[in-house]
Amino acid sequence: MRSFIHHSNTSKIIIHILTILALIVSIGLSVSYGSTKIDFATVWQAVFQFNPDLTSHQVIQELRLPRAVSAAFVGAFLAVSGAIMQGMTRNPLASPSIMGVTDGAAFALVLMLAFAPGISSMGLIASSFVGAGIAVALVFMIGSFSASGLTPVKLALAGVAIGTMLRSVSSIISLHFNLEKEMGFWLAGGLDGTSWSSVQILMISGAIGILLALSISKSITVLSLGEDMATGLGQNNLLIKILGIISILILTGAAVSIAGAVGFVGLIVPHITRFIIGTDYRWIIPTSILFGALLLVLSDLVSRLVNAPFETPVGAITSLIGVPFFLYLARGSGGGK
Amino acid sequence: MNPIEAKKKKKLWTVLLLLAAMILVMFFISLSMGVINIAPVDVVKTLLNQGTARQELVLFDFRLPGILLALLIGAGLAVSGVILQGITQNELADPGILGINTGAGLSVVLFLYFLKNQLDPTSSLSIFIMPVAALLGAIVAAIIIYALAWKKGVNPIRLVLVGIGVNAGFSAFLTIFQLKMDPQDFRQATVWLTGDIWNANWNFVFALLPWMLILIPIALHKAHSLNVMNLGDEVASGLGTAVESERRFLLFVAVALAGASVAAGGGIAFLGLVIPHIARKIMGPLHQYIIPVSALLGALLLMVSDTIGKNLLAPTEIPVGIIVSLLSAPYFVYLLIRTK
Repeated sequence: MRSFIHHSNTSKIIIHILTILALIVSIGLSVSYGSTKIDFATVWQAVFQFNPDLTSHQVIQELRLPRAVSAAFVGAFLAVSGAIMQGMTRNPLASPSIMGVTDGAAFALVLMLAFAPGISSMGLIASSFVGAGIAVALVFMIGSFSASGLTPVKLALAGVAIGTMLRSVSSIISLHFNLEKEMGFWLAGGLDGTSWSSVQILMISGAIGILLALSISKSITVLSLGEDMATGLGQNNLLIKILGIISILILTGAAVSIAGAVGFVGLIVPHITRFIIGTDYRWIIPTSILFGALLLVLSDLVSRLVNAPFETPVGAITSLIGVPFFLYLARGSGGGK
Repeated sequence: MNPIEAKKKKKLWTVLLLLAAMILVMFFISLSMGVINIAPVDVVKTLLNQGTARQELVLFDFRLPGILLALLIGAGLAVSGVILQGITQNELADPGILGINTGAGLSVVLFLYFLKNQLDPTSSLSIFIMPVAALLGAIVAAIIIYALAWKKGVNPIRLVLVGIGVNAGFSAFLTIFQLKMDPQDFRQATVWLTGDIWNANWNFVFALLPWMLILIPIALHKAHSLNVMNLGDEVASGLGTAVESERRFLLFVAVALAGASVAAGGGIAFLGLVIPHIARKIMGPLHQYIIPVSALLGALLLMVSDTIGKNLLAPTEIPVGIIVSLLSAPYFVYLLIRTK
């Protein structure tokens, strides 16, 4: 651990600058590759000298650019949610998909589409916040009733149980109301169909959720040392936890309503971030934003190339990346108890 | 035979008879219910070859094979769960949670993917090969999970966590390959992931029947080993059981049961987990009693779930795996709260 403590701020800033550059390059790649490849020069022109008469410019401006930007936002949101969860619960396996949060959000979305088909996109997002909230509440309830508290294993199993139950109900509703396609999309995750209006929604939710996360980042660092320690230092743990959960719900809810259940991003990114940047959440949260964005932009790119011209759900790609990581964690700290 | 054992035997037969009676009643209810209602009297008449042609078609070609499959799959998964819980000494083990079901499903999808040009998936030859493909997938999955959970021995909790991870990985591969086969069709992939008796015909019944008829008696025959293993590895080897080789053999039986069930019914979750618990509650810890009771309970639960799924929102058919999850996940949560 010593090497992390001795990280100077300069080296952290250098890491951030490099990640931002990598992010810009991968967004460029993501825009340029697709069913038809568009060369970089055209991409550059389409962004900075937009000509509405050219089809390639239209494709870039209306389809590929909003898609890449949405991917970056969604990845960032999921990563930050995972970081806050892991910091608050001190549980290495905590993350939106493991804890059934994404299933809860998808459940609320299917419910709304079935019973209130004319709902606005803002209403959809609000309902996915509520759904995510219900799932979190259920998982924590199981934890607090449980004989020996919420150990990492119990958290994972409770998440599996709650997630399966919510998904079962969603499947029944979607089968009855002919919403299988929407349901399949939310279960597998995908970024096709994103437009500038999705980016707008993501920006608004991000402005609230991420600012909230950053504002409590210092307190989360203290909380991650242990609740007794935090109380001893005069911190109002309950308030911090409530604010943290609100920010998780906003970020996960927005991400799921745009991109569906994209698993494992929220699990792996915070771990990688902690490994590189140390244990201070004032750094972990901004770095998670960048790493999460980078991971999802690249996964989205892979999801389009792996079975071209058809798209593979991006959730399947992130699972394939995330599973080895989960297994590593399960063999290590998670399975010790 | 001592009096306690005689009393237990009597209780076993009472419970088995009761369950058999319930299965019989539900069997007729399931046969009579559906989009086309056939009165129970007509069901009996048709079974005795005195029904109309239309009733015969509905019963013999559609409902009967589906119900028989549900019974076979339910029994297979339940016994598989009993064995897995016994050999891992882990109350939360189940072929679904450990990822064995998804491994079998993936293998079937791969089988269809690579051989779909040579073989018609509904032809009888490929129906008889499919359980074998599922079995191979289930064995590979079991080996992967066992190897990954191995760290100077297999800790039960690590086994479950590794199972959850491997399960997620197999699901991802399954989705990718399924979409490669038919990008427009999410449905088949969800069948393998949630469980659905998707191809109810007589060929499947005959393909599955020998597996259950051979494997469940073998499990029953090995009940003594399972009882001894429950006492812990040291006691078991002290009592003269070759623990590791017995465990491997029983693991193979459990995996084969799960694999064959998945080939016909997809990845039905939680059934193999919950049924053994209920059977233990009724019969106590001895496996020669738990195994037969579990087999019948599993068959009953799956048949009831199948009937609910077909009729709850008719004409919409809900995959049976979803109903099973809904019915048994709350019990799983209860177990989770109780276990330390």
